[in-house]
Amino acid sequence: MIAYVVRRLILAIVTIWAISVVSYAIIQLPPGDFVDSYIANLSASGSMVSAQEAEAMREHYGLNRPIWVQYAKWMNRVIRGDFGVSLEWNRPVTEVIGDRLWLTIVISIAAIILTWGIALPIGIYSAVRQYSIADYIFTFVGFVGLAVPNFLLALIVMYLGFRYFDASIGGLFSPEYELAPWSWGKVWDLTVHLPLPALILALAGTAQLIRIMRANLLDELRRPYVTTARARGLQEWRVIMKYPVRASLNPFASTIGYLLPFVVSGSIVVSLVLSLPTVGPLLLRALVAQDMFLAGAIVLLLGVLTVIGTFLSDLVLMWIDPRIRAGLHG
Amino acid sequence: MSTVLDAAPAPVTTVAEEKVAVATQLQLTWWRFRKHKVAVASGVIVAFFYLVALLADFLATIGPHATDAARSYIPPQEIHWFDEDGSFRPHVFALKGKRDPRTFRLVYAPDPEDKRYLVLFGQGYAYEFLGLFPTSRHLVGLDRGNPEEALFLLGTDQLGRDFWSRLVLATRTSLVIGLAGVALSLFLGVLLGGISGLYGGWIDTVIQRLIEILRSIPTIPLWMGLAAALPASWSVLQIYLAITVIISLIGWTELARVVRGRFLSLREEDFVTAAELAGASRMRIIFRHMVPSFLSHIIAAVSLALPAMIISETTLSFLGLGLRPPAISWGVLLQDAQNIQALGIAPWLLLAAVPVIVVILAFNFLGDGLRDAADPYG
Repeated sequence: MIAYVVRRLILAIVTIWAISVVSYAIIQLPPGDFVDSYIANLSASGSMVSAQEAEAMREHYGLNRPIWVQYAKWMNRVIRGDFGVSLEWNRPVTEVIGDRLWLTIVISIAAIILTWGIALPIGIYSAVRQYSIADYIFTFVGFVGLAVPNFLLALIVMYLGFRYFDASIGGLFSPEYELAPWSWGKVWDLTVHLPLPALILALAGTAQLIRIMRANLLDELRRPYVTTARARGLQEWRVIMKYPVRASLNPFASTIGYLLPFVVSGSIVVSLVLSLPTVGPLLLRALVAQDMFLAGAIVLLLGVLTVIGTFLSDLVLMWIDPRIRAGLHG
Repeated sequence: MSTVLDAAPAPVTTVAEEKVAVATQLQLTWWRFRKHKVAVASGVIVAFFYLVALLADFLATIGPHATDAARSYIPPQEIHWFDEDGSFRPHVFALKGKRDPRTFRLVYAPDPEDKRYLVLFGQGYAYEFLGLFPTSRHLVGLDRGNPEEALFLLGTDQLGRDFWSRLVLATRTSLVIGLAGVALSLFLGVLLGGISGLYGGWIDTVIQRLIEILRSIPTIPLWMGLAAALPASWSVLQIYLAITVIISLIGWTELARVVRGRFLSLREEDFVTAAELAGASRMRIIFRHMVPSFLSHIIAAVSLALPAMIISETTLSFLGLGLRPPAISWGVLLQDAQNIQALGIAPWLLLAAVPVIVVILAFNFLGDGLRDAADPYG
């Protein structure tokens, strides 16, 4: 059991390292270095920088050193919470990102909870009433959710809202709360606005989960113990809920490993369409404006948070699945 | 040895059973797949879309890049199927430029006086049919005059470009980029999955961990970062190739997983051992004996990977980080439908969503049917 946790932990750390390398590569990819763009930015606003000053700045950021030294320096600063300065905003990256990171997490978690909330009852129903009309309908709706890209769904929902309800769907807050400091009123406002984007995100992931749940439960329902339970006169509802459903719940925890990156990815795109104040629109703007420290920091933070989330879900999986606890598999 | 076999009484079999007994793996898969009606129908739809992609220029009516600001946002043209005397003669009304009395802008409106009949194989813009010979015949044209005067089957976009023609050409781009991406993923997946499953040991561990790492990174931000780093000076073709590489960088993992799983299970099979004992070379065992028996699995995995590729390309282009105009793809078209203002004025621009959804749905059903059929003995 401890070996399992340690192995997962090591893998998570290696993954985080890989993500940091990729993030740094993204920062480095555009031609010219940070100082070049910084100077270009300054001269655009009228102030000049001498070659000497530029050299001093390169020295400060270690830009004249080999690339791996630069990476190490950058990592060193990142670990201390210093992600550099956003060129476009002229403020520290951490300040620019601010609440947006947490809102991204809130939306992603809401979407995952909703995915489970939709997939569990439908999966059970589809298995118990296999080949019924509702089973076919749910399967089809699930497939449509799978097939329609997130952004398209958001676009269609936005259009329908505009066309038939005359409501502008978008944002996470009502205008009066948008810039207000956090308060209970703002939290409530967020809760009211959250379901729609979360539902759009959730629809994409439910199809697969419904199918896994359905298949697992169908396998379980054919087992002799179910017949035994029925023969002993248990209520049908108890027969199904008590053991077969519990035994087939496994995928709900084990799929979070793929669901989380998927939902975080989707949240970026959906946020752009619905103009949600998450890191999504910020990342796109940063990339278009070549504000690379900001872009790199967002890619890094999203990746790291996803890996941590996956690691936590592994621990949950271990907690609910005795087979993994006993080191039998995984 | 052969005499022993000959002496054994011939088992009693029906013709049908005999047919099954000698059928190849692919034949069995095909027979089983045929029973899956939805999957077969989806296969037909997919084939139809690739036909559209192949004949895109022929199906288009107006040059996809021909712009005219005065023709901006013309709604889809109404086709009148019957003449006044009730005979079947589809026609449209030509568009006539009129000055708006208030803004003095030139606006185009259908003119009921000027009837144009639709004809098959009419004249249009010049192109090369299948890249073979130059022609200017298109599937649908007008009996007289230039199609640009009257034939906007799905309306026009902001720059006055014909949406129908752009949509069929976008179909070509998006479907081909999906295929190219899958081809690259397949190569990587079979190579790395094969090595992983065949050699096992530490190589297997390294590749499996690599796959796990790749799968636990949120792809969209990563792709966005990579795609944004492509130099703006690159040509459309270079961007096209680069985007293909970027989207297949992640796509190979699922294929590698399937291939590895198959290799692992087949390695222990009796017929592989038999081939080894008979002295077959490793290459022969892999390509003559192992690959044919999991080819159908690969086909299924590919048809499930394709829609993911198409979604990736569409999403990236939609964000403005994938293919860029003048390239035309579904994502590029949907980019025009991005904001509510554009959708309010020209809701038909959202029609680009229809082929995306239909193709992805069809590929998913097709892949599902293939996956079920891939185990014909199951």
